[in-house]
Amino acid sequence: MDILANLSLGFSTAFGLANLFYCFIGVVLGTLIGVLPGLGPVATIAMLLPITFNFEPVTALIMLAGIFYGAQYGGSTTAILVNLPGEASSVITALDGYAMARNGQAGKALATAAIGSFIAGTIATFLIALFAPPLAEMAMQFGPAEYFSLLVMGLIVSIILAHGSLLHAIGMILLGLLLGIIGTDVNSGAERFTFGAPWLADGIGFVVLAMGMYGVGEIVNNLEKKETRDVMLKHVSGLRLSWAEFKQILPSILRGTGIGSFLGILPGGGAVLSSFAAYAVEKKLSKNPIPFGEGAIEGVAGPESANNAGAQTSFIPMLTLGIPSNPTMAIMIGAMMIHSIQPGPAVLTEQPALFWGLIVSMWIGNFFLIVLNLPLIGMWVKLITAPYHLMYPVILVFCAIGVISINNTEWDVFMMAAFGLIGYIFGKLECEPAPMLLGFILGPMMEEYLRRALLMSSGDATVFFTRPLSATMLAFAAIALVVVLLPSISKKREETFKE
Amino acid sequence: MSSLIKHPKDFYAGLMYASVGAAAAWICRDYTMGSAVRMGPAYFPTLLAILLIMVGVASLIRSFFHRGEAIAAFAWKELGLVLGAIVLFGLLVRVAGLAIALILLVVISAWASQQFKLKTAVLLAVVTTAASILVFVKGLGLPFAILGTWFAR
Repeated sequence: MDILANLSLGFSTAFGLANLFYCFIGVVLGTLIGVLPGLGPVATIAMLLPITFNFEPVTALIMLAGIFYGAQYGGSTTAILVNLPGEASSVITALDGYAMARNGQAGKALATAAIGSFIAGTIATFLIALFAPPLAEMAMQFGPAEYFSLLVMGLIVSIILAHGSLLHAIGMILLGLLLGIIGTDVNSGAERFTFGAPWLADGIGFVVLAMGMYGVGEIVNNLEKKETRDVMLKHVSGLRLSWAEFKQILPSILRGTGIGSFLGILPGGGAVLSSFAAYAVEKKLSKNPIPFGEGAIEGVAGPESANNAGAQTSFIPMLTLGIPSNPTMAIMIGAMMIHSIQPGPAVLTEQPALFWGLIVSMWIGNFFLIVLNLPLIGMWVKLITAPYHLMYPVILVFCAIGVISINNTEWDVFMMAAFGLIGYIFGKLECEPAPMLLGFILGPMMEEYLRRALLMSSGDATVFFTRPLSATMLAFAAIALVVVLLPSISKKREETFKE
Repeated sequence: MSSLIKHPKDFYAGLMYASVGAAAAWICRDYTMGSAVRMGPAYFPTLLAILLIMVGVASLIRSFFHRGEAIAAFAWKELGLVLGAIVLFGLLVRVAGLAIALILLVVISAWASQQFKLKTAVLLAVVTTAASILVFVKGLGLPFAILGTWFAR
């Protein structure tokens, strides 16, 4: 298979009229929720899932993916203009981006973010096209032992990369794994943890969990805080970079793209971590006379490129291995399953048009973002001032209708409320919901692979260490865990996340 | 008690992990354990439950040695109104129908805001409900009754 043939198949799919249209809708919606604080991509995609029921699978995925990377983009707009990161991944952008805006360089900062994101998106698209097929081929050789070890490695890496306490990340993953087991056991047919309730027999829906924790829980969290949002900038001008400026930021963009592409593949990595890492690197390497934090243009270019690259490469493990590296990818898997596509190495060979169409659509989507958003900046600025007290009841309406329409049962609505409460309490205890969501998705897979691996080895647990690939992955996980537990490094880790 | 617990967040989180783990392990006693070759339904969850209890105990122990901030106060009114509005929606959506359930959902949840004004909330509710009915029921054909079984006849 030739990469060019693949990409041309992708182009012909993505340039279908419906796909082009929904790609556009996706990125616009994504930018919108990115601009509006208090509504993230996970909750939005969960809300819109029911709408995509009647779509072609590839069209649905193209739109949902557009929401995801569009949100990264919108988040940086608010970060630069009002120092309010719409998404977690733009927290870093706010540091220097907002400083630039205060120095009267808002337009330059926005243009840097846009161009950086576009270049990063383009490179990441090619990286996916290059690396996904060999990775999928390798994954075809995986037995259950390899898959189990891969999941263990994934979960451990995501523990290491989680914010805050390691112990809580482990606890939340275990909690998620247990929650994922609720329902009928596929092998024995026994109902587990259902308390005889028929509405639990199929397990807890991922959308119910995600919408409760991210949608409802977030709303209550936001209501606690006072609404203060002043846009100081009514006009943004100078949305252009000179050639000299472009040459100045290009190395930062490329470095950011590299960092983001790599970290995006790792579980628990993705956009947030990528932007943090890229900022740290740029700060070290900078030759700019303007110090970081006071409007250094590299401090915008690096992280913005990184978060976009990371957002895009996080599709690699999802599409080739069927393993989500972050909650958004987990919900994309949910979307694929609704269209009865099992994510994994087979997608590439059985659904090449879907796979390549989705990838090319991301590049087109990035193009839409750069062409559309710079001229529309005035409209987004207006939206930032949208009053939250009128917005959140509407969000709740979407959540309620969305969650009930999936299985047509009101129990899902009650469960969503319950997870809203749980999510709120977890917020108070500083327990991150993201590891729990990963665990929830991976729980049933892990049990199944463990069962099969042990069945094939007649109960001999050493199988995980005697098969070379499996042993390598476990060794990597063990080393990574030991390294972060070393006192000197764990201290540094805490400092990194405190910024 | 509070003088002993130095890190309340760790303490309560640990308590939560440990009790969920213990409850899961307890429930698993009713399921077949099986062996490593033939894992029964209880095998994997019991494993997880034991690990979770260990994490919980570790967090509990740590909370006595490690200083941390107190847990911030709960916004009970906001929490109650938002969750209550959702539960009420679930209870009413079939019997009273989508229209009434949505209007109440918007008005009651909007009440949780400090900027709540009844007039604005009702207006928002009517507009949102009308738009949702148009988009979801008429447009996408989702099977909701606009007026529920109470009004059937």
